Amino acid sequence: MALTREQMAQRVARELRDGYYVNLGIGIPTLVANYVPQGIDVMLQSENGLLGMGPFPTPDALDADMINAGKQTVTARKGAAIFSSADSFAMIRGGHIDLTVLGAFEVDVFGNLASWMIPGKLVKGMGGAMDLVAGADNIIVLMTHASKSGESKLLPKCSLPLTGAGCVRRILTDLAYLEIEAQTFVLKERAPGVTVDFIKERTAGALRVSGTVPEMTF
Amino acid sequence: MVGFDKRVQSYSQALEGLVDGMTVISGGFGLCGIPENLIAQIRTMGVRNLTVVSNNCGVDGFGLGVLLEDRQIRRVIASYVGENALFEKQLLSGELEVQLTPQGTLAEKLRAGGAGIPAFYTATGAGTSVSEGKEERTFAGRRYILEESITSDFAIIKGWKADWYGNIVYRHTAQNFNPLAATAGRVTVAEVEEIVPPGELEPSTIHTPGIYVDRLIQGRFEKRIEQKTTRSL
Repeated sequence: MALTREQMAQRVARELRDGYYVNLGIGIPTLVANYVPQGIDVMLQSENGLLGMGPFPTPDALDADMINAGKQTVTARKGAAIFSSADSFAMIRGGHIDLTVLGAFEVDVFGNLASWMIPGKLVKGMGGAMDLVAGADNIIVLMTHASKSGESKLLPKCSLPLTGAGCVRRILTDLAYLEIEAQTFVLKERAPGVTVDFIKERTAGALRVSGTVPEMTF
Repeated sequence: MVGFDKRVQSYSQALEGLVDGMTVISGGFGLCGIPENLIAQIRTMGVRNLTVVSNNCGVDGFGLGVLLEDRQIRRVIASYVGENALFEKQLLSGELEVQLTPQGTLAEKLRAGGAGIPAFYTATGAGTSVSEGKEERTFAGRRYILEESITSDFAIIKGWKADWYGNIVYRHTAQNFNPLAATAGRVTVAEVEEIVPPGELEPSTIHTPGIYVDRLIQGRFEKRIEQKTTRSL
């Protein structure tokens, strides 16, 4: 069975370490915050200028001056800091963020990432995505393995305009956890009940499978 | 003696000198911390052919979106746009030109512009369409592109509290691009929720020192929220 959105978030959350500063992209990556393992503390960064994002406010505490990068009203947790957009991106570009989790349309064997623009469709902009991928050594891409029409999103070469070049090493899809090594996707884990052949069929880029590939457990 | 007193009496005074074809930098992120009354004043003035530099371009009927209604904006430099139907329409018809810029690059363009640094190298956008036509250099094995800074005729910003001298404190995440915008305008106009006499703000808590602020006015703010997200009590 392919992983649910919640299971994808849960699996990525296992990569969190105590004391990590983390930036979570919009969509499924946001759910990772719900699965922070017990006994560890992470600080969520929101690129509009908040380090230490807390939960949504209660209705009586709604505050127009307190939002996250998705323009949702949020709170600041204990120990949070608030600063300008320049400081926020200094943290990001300076490589101070320990883990960045973001979605994508496509990833290729060179670690290229396409996530912001589909030619012919209205382009809304890259927001902070290009900065996040350029600044972080520690990126996890979280996306479905194939498009709704069944086409692989793990490619020999990205077909869409890039968000970042050579920036991805780790990918979690609804079918597998993979790493990129020597211009090859390396299959590290399978979703429960998903066969290696099933993953192979849906991976257009070079895929290496060595030994038995463990199943994820939840 | 006026000295360092930056207060002006009206919104028309606040934006005196803003004419057709100028470049205006606006603070704010989404609708958070936007100088909503100064934007409304630009609409009232009817100046046209503006280049607007802002992270976003408002929504239909609020924020910078109101300047689209009478086609006052010719060009937008932003990181994320299109939360408004009118924007989309004018973009597709070619009335509006958009230069999409990565958010961190935009912030740094303003910060550097205000600091007298004409350009800087950044890894952001290297190897993507953003790098087209830009000088590329490699430092320590990593690719960087040269990005030019931004300054403007006017910068409009929104603060929480200010003293007469234009020392400004922002509230929560309404800070965002405002302190950067403040530094990059030839004329910087700030509107705030409360103006206090000098001496009432603790000097070490000032976010924007008054040297960057030319005109100051107290306004009343609607503070619209784009996405009201709450948890149950």
